[in-house]
Amino acid sequence: MKTSENVISVRHLTKRFGDFTAVDDLSLDVRKGEIFGFLGANGAGKTTAMRMLCGLSRPTSGSGTVAGFDIVRQPEDIKRHIGYMSQKFSLYGQLTVRENLTLFATIYGMPASDIRRKADEACRALGMDGVRDRPVRDLPLGWKQRLAFTAATLHTPDIVFLDEPTGGVDPATRRKFWEMIYRASSEGMTLFVTTHYLDEAEYCHRVSIMVDGRIRALDSPAGLKQQFRAATMDEVFRIVAQDARRT
Amino acid sequence: MSIFRSLIRKEVLHLLRDPRTVTVVLVMPVVLLLLFGFAISTEVNGVRLLAVVGQHTDETHRLLERFRSNPCFTLEGIVAPHEADDLLRQGKADAVLVLRTDGGQLTHQVITDASNTNLAQTATAYIESVASGESSSPIVLHTLYNPQLKSAYQFVPGIMGMIFILICSMMTSVSIVSERESSTMDLLLVSPVRPRTIILGKLVPYFLLSCLLLGLMLTLSYTVLGLPFSPSALHVVWLSLLYIILALGLGMLVSTLVSTQVAALLVSGMLFMVPVIMLSGMIFPVENMPVALQGVSCLIPARWYISALRVLMIQQLPVRHILPQTAVLALMTLVVLTLAAKKFNLRK
Repeated sequence: MKTSENVISVRHLTKRFGDFTAVDDLSLDVRKGEIFGFLGANGAGKTTAMRMLCGLSRPTSGSGTVAGFDIVRQPEDIKRHIGYMSQKFSLYGQLTVRENLTLFATIYGMPASDIRRKADEACRALGMDGVRDRPVRDLPLGWKQRLAFTAATLHTPDIVFLDEPTGGVDPATRRKFWEMIYRASSEGMTLFVTTHYLDEAEYCHRVSIMVDGRIRALDSPAGLKQQFRAATMDEVFRIVAQDARRT
Repeated sequence: MSIFRSLIRKEVLHLLRDPRTVTVVLVMPVVLLLLFGFAISTEVNGVRLLAVVGQHTDETHRLLERFRSNPCFTLEGIVAPHEADDLLRQGKADAVLVLRTDGGQLTHQVITDASNTNLAQTATAYIESVASGESSSPIVLHTLYNPQLKSAYQFVPGIMGMIFILICSMMTSVSIVSERESSTMDLLLVSPVRPRTIILGKLVPYFLLSCLLLGLMLTLSYTVLGLPFSPSALHVVWLSLLYIILALGLGMLVSTLVSTQVAALLVSGMLFMVPVIMLSGMIFPVENMPVALQGVSCLIPARWYISALRVLMIQQLPVRHILPQTAVLALMTLVVLTLAAKKFNLRK
């Protein structure tokens, strides 16, 4: 794994809003096919950092590449190679399961001939064949979440950014969700996940912990536990984030 | 299916499956138009009139006969002077006409209940015009463009000026902000779709809906409300389309400034409605305002649109008479759209 290429590689990324430095000197490499956990307390700057990586937000300073494209100069090219699932469950509630899948596949530039087949396959894989013509807003939250993930990955992007994808979902659904993440990873996609659930951090290949806009720790879960002499990721997080000022 | 078409389809499906929006957008303007066209009117009809006659002469008979035959008045009867005051106070009459003959010379006095100032002023003016017909040099009145002084003529341009600003800016701002609230907007922004396409995908469906509304309003105005139909209706259409684009642009601009649907609704509803009603000339003539307010009214698109509509729909003058208004509206549209697009594109 160490030898494989880096799909995300950024150096000294900084984002300021006026006097406030949301992200401070972020340097990071993520390898292809990796499940990278991006941890941090509320307000630590996770979402801002992720928005810069997706090309949604322009860094104040710093440089880097995502999917081989420059994050400052080629954000439009980056967009063609990523998928994104936002913090809140977000699909179009009035549209049906299939209409949502078709819409996002079209938006991400999938060839029309593939869309129908892929959307049908995805419905079957999700076990949502029976509800594929029902409006999404009628589905339970866990289903919506899995559907949103499918919509973000239907076009098999190089990298999928997941911003707290499992917020408010029960443990059984979270488990199912992580099975989907593993499957995507085994298909060669790279997953960049922010989460609040520290048990989920254990499922990641590598984890970074952000405190007050800076990355304080970065390693595999096992490596971090060893480094901080902790039994669980929960403990690691408490040690690293104990002096956080922005909470 | 192209990206643009799929965005439009998404928006149309959204509208069709949430019929409340479409209902509000299409029904509310029609109700307003009919209300102002029929029910609410600044005309004064059936003024209840009492007469106090000092000395009955042929002249007073002729005069009272004229009031009797005038549909604006209901002559309640001839009463004694002390009764007149009581009846007026009890609200059983709106005005009293006192006729006295001194040395062969008829003089008259009008007493009105001014608790409703509008009614009192209009009634006095009516009475004077009827009574003065008896004088030696009658004034021949000739009201151009709206000979019957129908208030529907007055209100149709005003209502249209208000409706399009409100409905169009509300629809676009709320729909864009709701996508931002549910963060589906983020999904569109991280996708390879160009911001320009996202904006057009939002504006085009609402533009089409507004066109439907325009058709509905014009049909009603020219049929039910009886506005005189003329070739100038064609100019009304393109001018209205320009105004609709301006209003959609304003909605987009609002959406970049607020972050919740409620705020979007309040801004485009209240912040736009009050100046439109007060300062656009829809109800109160711009010419009678203090100079400072006249200046402010120049910034209100509705003022220019309403004034141009009056020229086209009521005066039915050739199109060159609305060139100044058109130029101002076109300039405003350009500025608003540029600002909105700039703010929308901004990567934060």
